[in-house]
Amino acid sequence: METTKVKYTFKDFSSDQEVKWCPGCGDYAILSAVQKALPEMDVKKEDFVFISGIGCSSRFPYYMDTYGFHGIHGRGLAIATGTKLANPNLSVWQITGDGDAMAIGGNHFIHAVRRNVDLNVILFNNEIYGLTKGQFSPTTKLGMKTKTSPEGQIQNPFNPGELVMGSKGRFFARVMDKNPKHMKEVFIQAEKFKGTSVVEALTNCVIFNDKVHDQFTQKDHQDDMLFLEHGKPMLFGKNKEYGLMLHGFKLIKVKLGENHVTIDDILVHDAHVEETGLGMMLVNAGMGDGLPRVFGVIRSVQEDTFEERMQAQVDNVRETSKFANLDELFASGETWEIE
Amino acid sequence: MSSNKVTSTEVEKVVIKFAGDSGDGMQLTGTQFTGTSALLGNDLATFPDYPAEIRAPQGTVAGVSGFQVHIGGTDIHTPGDYADVLVAMNAAALKANLKWIKSSKTIIVDTDSFKKKDLQKAGWESNPLEDSTLDAYKVIKAPITSMTKEALKDLGLDAKTMARSKNMFTLGMVYWMFSRPCEHTIKFLNDKFGKKLPLVAEANIKALRAGRNYASTIEAIPNQITITGSQSLEKGTYKNVMGNAATAWGILAASAKSGRDVFLGSYPITPATEILQEIAKHKHFGAKAFQAEDEIAGIASTIGASFAGSLPVTTTSGPGLALKGEALGLAVMTELPLVVVNVQRGGPSTGLPTKTEQSDLMQALYGRNGESPVAVIAASSPADCFDYSFEASKIALEHMTPVVLLTDGYLGNGSAPWKITKMDELPDINPPIVKEGTENWEPYSRDAERLARTWALPGTPGLEHRIGGLEKDGKTGNVSYVPENHQSMTEAREAKIEKIADYLPELQVEGAQEGDLLVIGWGGTKGSMLTSVREMVGEGKSIGLAHFNYINPLQKNVKEILGRYKKIVVAELNLGQFANYLRMSFPEFEYKQYNKVQGLPFTTIELKDAFNKILNEN
Repeated sequence: METTKVKYTFKDFSSDQEVKWCPGCGDYAILSAVQKALPEMDVKKEDFVFISGIGCSSRFPYYMDTYGFHGIHGRGLAIATGTKLANPNLSVWQITGDGDAMAIGGNHFIHAVRRNVDLNVILFNNEIYGLTKGQFSPTTKLGMKTKTSPEGQIQNPFNPGELVMGSKGRFFARVMDKNPKHMKEVFIQAEKFKGTSVVEALTNCVIFNDKVHDQFTQKDHQDDMLFLEHGKPMLFGKNKEYGLMLHGFKLIKVKLGENHVTIDDILVHDAHVEETGLGMMLVNAGMGDGLPRVFGVIRSVQEDTFEERMQAQVDNVRETSKFANLDELFASGETWEIE
Repeated sequence: MSSNKVTSTEVEKVVIKFAGDSGDGMQLTGTQFTGTSALLGNDLATFPDYPAEIRAPQGTVAGVSGFQVHIGGTDIHTPGDYADVLVAMNAAALKANLKWIKSSKTIIVDTDSFKKKDLQKAGWESNPLEDSTLDAYKVIKAPITSMTKEALKDLGLDAKTMARSKNMFTLGMVYWMFSRPCEHTIKFLNDKFGKKLPLVAEANIKALRAGRNYASTIEAIPNQITITGSQSLEKGTYKNVMGNAATAWGILAASAKSGRDVFLGSYPITPATEILQEIAKHKHFGAKAFQAEDEIAGIASTIGASFAGSLPVTTTSGPGLALKGEALGLAVMTELPLVVVNVQRGGPSTGLPTKTEQSDLMQALYGRNGESPVAVIAASSPADCFDYSFEASKIALEHMTPVVLLTDGYLGNGSAPWKITKMDELPDINPPIVKEGTENWEPYSRDAERLARTWALPGTPGLEHRIGGLEKDGKTGNVSYVPENHQSMTEAREAKIEKIADYLPELQVEGAQEGDLLVIGWGGTKGSMLTSVREMVGEGKSIGLAHFNYINPLQKNVKEILGRYKKIVVAELNLGQFANYLRMSFPEFEYKQYNKVQGLPFTTIELKDAFNKILNEN
């Protein structure tokens, strides 16, 4: 992508369309963080494309003054894949929700992740179906009562990060609607990453699943949230007094100064490690295990993208093909004349 | 062994069917015979007929693979109804094909494959080679497997590998019968195996020659059948093409003529897969072949590529089209170009994957939610798959609409001589791409002539816009639930498709231009329909054929043609889908039907019987 000369502001990315999310919806914060992040990326405005599926989150492209495509349920990633492969110059963003990406689009999600096309996925996770008014989603917690689970939800939920790790995804980060500044920084990192980057954004559905993420997103719950930084020790808590350590095959929470624990004992975050084992632990932390929920870039491991590999093959075929043009191809093989 | 004396005969046309177990290499044998015949200047048509299973139980009727080829010095439009020569490599192949051979004609059998066990597996009560079953035929009983092994015994191969060359031995015999040289096949074998597996090449060539020599020695084969008749193909350079390859090439040609790179997002499905495979070979022509995780991702990725400015193509067969239905509606709503190639097969559901049918017409026309019109066109021969995939691409790009191109298994897998099209003979394709710097552009404004939306490509400064599956305002493209807007947009989408008719050639009638009976067909049945009608015209009947390639919209002169005949019959490989479509479009006429749903193409004999019956009715 060429260097942009124009300096944009977030207003350049706001369309004239009225935003129709419910008052208090966490999606507003994500929209605003994206609109603030885009001017800081080295991309021309006309090269941004936002593509979505169906759901509350998927109305997102209408609110952006960029190229946009509001697709069909679950298939936004497949549409985005085609757009990016057709024109690798574009910065393609795929907006999706937990229902769109994990249920009806689950198949496309895992395959897009393993394929590693240079796409930026923002997965709005509110653990509920909002647009269809309150049914459980694939990320809804076990036991939760919803309109379609009046006695409690009996399916184990998906953890999006776990699916990304399991599909050998190259980039996974987690952000929250309550921390727009952090969100913005992570979106910029996602854009810089060449390959499929998945950012799970915890967002609050004020109508059907209010406060679902409060334990991990409210300021007074800092003991329950850890913000990762590559190369830095995994510390958390109001005064960074807690840390994570490996104990056998498990992550444990420790307090600095207690039981002779020093800063040197704390795990240092390496987002670039090829193995997914520790990443798997980090994405799972915080679900009833006494550990904090982990935010930030959990994994960022560069590899050739799908389109780079494709281009290499094109170049190779161009050099080795017997046919310089279609007329030569059509006339190849055995032919005969009718006089 | 029968004691037919060697005779020299001349025939205009001949139908040969090679049949054996699905591992016997019958498709290769048939293709080789076809290629050699084409090089000798014969016109021809082929029909491969193979089981859906990769390896059905060996030696059973279900596992029989066949390849039929019709060659002649004159016009050949079908692979032929009944065979003049049947090659049966085992008892099951004979069982499956006996009803497809004309009486008094020749059957070649490998007697090594008629042992007790073979007969049992094939379901013969007694040995047909020893009872009266084959009395009406000239039977050439040859121990093909053992002779092949004998011929190859010095090469140091194991018995199984040696036996694998028996198809080449058989081909050698048939080459002798029809005075065909072996050179073409020898070259093929050397090219295919020469470098990597020289011993395999040698074995096959040796078997081929041994078969030919055997046939010339035994004096039992009615040798030296000469094919006569003057060639009626127009002047030019020809090659033999399969329908699916021709479809892929038409797409590549459209890409070059439109300046849009091909994006083919697809998922493998019989019998459409070869189109994806062919496109995958030609990346350097700017063709991106994307094998997606499923049919839906296939079409959805293609729609994304269309948004970005590609020539967007997705290929599939019946059940795959069903899966693509929702996304196809999205392409209708967003008014983006899209070519959907549906190589039809027997249905419903998984149906008959390797057998042909024309029963997806209603699905192509209506298989979506809402008022969702798309253009529908159909190819009618393996060679014109090139023309119609080019045409489908042109319509899609210039009219900004999805186009469903219907071919079928019979066309896709069949082959025929194709007069090689030169790129400079083809028309240009001009998609309505919005130029950079265009002011006051609105995403859903239409050009007056075609009523097509214009195409602004991501990456163009100043034309940023949003499209999607929700109904859009007719100008701005903003989401709109205004009732009147939905009505006018629905009507606009319909009118856009109808407008395509302004750009179509007139429908031509073959045979009588007015009179007693108009025969109507569409798509892949053209060869047999044409042959039947021409023969009946030759017999003095007042009969004409209107064969349709354009289905939605219909050509403008259709109604006028329908009015010129006393009776109309629609013949199709389904229960009357096109007949019903015509009833809906032109209810003032009465339509008789002739329908077949056996997974098989029409025979000219059954068509003529049906048409004669209708002519004779009061």
